[in-house]
Amino acid sequence: MKKLINAVDDVVKEQLEGVAVAHPELTVKIGPHYVYRADAPVAGKVAVVSGGGSGHEPMHGGFVGMGMLAGACPGEVFTSPTPDQMYECAKAVDSGAGVLFLVKNYTGDVLNFETAAELAHADGIKVQNILVDDDVAVKDSLYTAGRRGVGTTVIMEKIVGAAAEAGKDLDACADLARKVNLMGRSMGMALTSCTVPAAGKPTFDLGENEMEIGIGIHGEPGQKRMAMTTADEITEMMMNEILDDKGYSRTVREWDREAGDWVDKHLTDEPYSEGDQFIVMVNSMGGTPVSELYAVYRKVDEMMKARGMTIARKLIGPYITSLEMAGCSITLVKADDELLGYWDAPVNTPGLRWGV
Amino acid sequence: MSVSKEQIVSWLKATADVMSENKTYLTELDSAIGDADHGINMNRGFSKVLEKLPTIEDSDIGNILKTTGMTLISTVGGASGPLYGTFFMRAGMALASKETLSNDDVYTMLNTGMEGVISRGRASVGDKTMIDAMMPAMAAFKNTLDNGGDLLAAMKACVQGAEQGMKDTIPLQAKKGRASYLGERSIGHQDPGATSSFLMLNMLLQALEA
Repeated sequence: MKKLINAVDDVVKEQLEGVAVAHPELTVKIGPHYVYRADAPVAGKVAVVSGGGSGHEPMHGGFVGMGMLAGACPGEVFTSPTPDQMYECAKAVDSGAGVLFLVKNYTGDVLNFETAAELAHADGIKVQNILVDDDVAVKDSLYTAGRRGVGTTVIMEKIVGAAAEAGKDLDACADLARKVNLMGRSMGMALTSCTVPAAGKPTFDLGENEMEIGIGIHGEPGQKRMAMTTADEITEMMMNEILDDKGYSRTVREWDREAGDWVDKHLTDEPYSEGDQFIVMVNSMGGTPVSELYAVYRKVDEMMKARGMTIARKLIGPYITSLEMAGCSITLVKADDELLGYWDAPVNTPGLRWGV
Repeated sequence: MSVSKEQIVSWLKATADVMSENKTYLTELDSAIGDADHGINMNRGFSKVLEKLPTIEDSDIGNILKTTGMTLISTVGGASGPLYGTFFMRAGMALASKETLSNDDVYTMLNTGMEGVISRGRASVGDKTMIDAMMPAMAAFKNTLDNGGDLLAAMKACVQGAEQGMKDTIPLQAKKGRASYLGERSIGHQDPGATSSFLMLNMLLQALEA
């Protein structure tokens, strides 16, 4: 293992200490770890909070700031953060308008954020949990823990963060987050594995002429292992899965503030069709250079034109990574004027900045 | 026979020891079908419990269990943290201010804990999870007590049920957690969560026998 680290046990802590000195506009707490806007709580505004295992930077800590997240809770590398982090973060950023937890669908993240929501609720904080589950590589939700939360998370954090900044209330922000999730679909692939510092060796072996299609963001196994091929063919394979995906359904658990208990909600994705417009993200898993992402984007653009679909906005670069893994993911979010309006709103974070 | 506070504390200490001894084993089981951190996470959590025990062992059993649950929730991470944390939190809440436990109290502790795990994790028997070890264990415990068996007989049956349930996860296809993404590839491997549940219950038997 060759990494720019000092001691394996201090990796996350020291990286956060670096964030703290680089970004005085953020407050970084160590033990329990959480990052939040230094100007939080912002009076009258909903606080959007996310979190997850570390190793996906700039997500989530790099998206804390005006117009996006109020706070983020980093876990150990690829390990869910714990409820005490989320609870402390919620207390630090809540203005009284409530806290919205955006949760990627992994069993650990879901259970820890649910526990945190119960703690926050018991403390009188208005709270809601919304899941992101957009990875089309996972086909069914009946016999698995359901689709994983991947690229749509970035787009959801931007859009819902803008709505919170605009003064929308907690229920409106939650509705918007749910809407983005039902409009979003992603697929990822790996050219190499990655090495979790604590493990010291690559999570899986991938031969020189092999690639793994349909991976998540933690080096978990993908849909299939295949012989290496061209950028065009790889892009086509992923885009077809995304564009042809039909009406994924799942039951999610959301918080009922009145009852103080969880309720099951049955949700189904919106289909894509000709004439739709999209926010598109072509994302690096960490090791793939931006130049190669543009080669992928070229094919994405060609395929969408052929289907009569419009790319209204795009994001190309490393936004939701998997340590040093080489590979990429493609995310499409079908966008109406409401979503595009929030997408275009000013944002000022270490990882995304425009309009300021 | 009633169970003393000291026996509960020694159960928790023994569980910390057994998680430390089995750190590599549990992690290996998890690397086959999960994300290779179960042993590391359980050991981290129970080491913290071990550190905390001297400050709470004079308190009542309900509080000792609740503090154990809170400690696990804030240190284990992953899915196991909230699941084992909930087990001890709910068990502790059901035994508030108790200084000793009757046979029925021991059943209440284990069964309420398990019900907490079920409501948190939404798993059923056959999903290849902790519940596959816990459910037959609690049923065997109750069955033995109902048929006039004493506490030790019930706890022995409980551990046997857990062990059988743990082994019975091998041919199952996982339907919950990260292992579920493997589909049929999860078949043939013993579930790490069911294994740590068996270890934990086995340590309670040892504490009661001592």
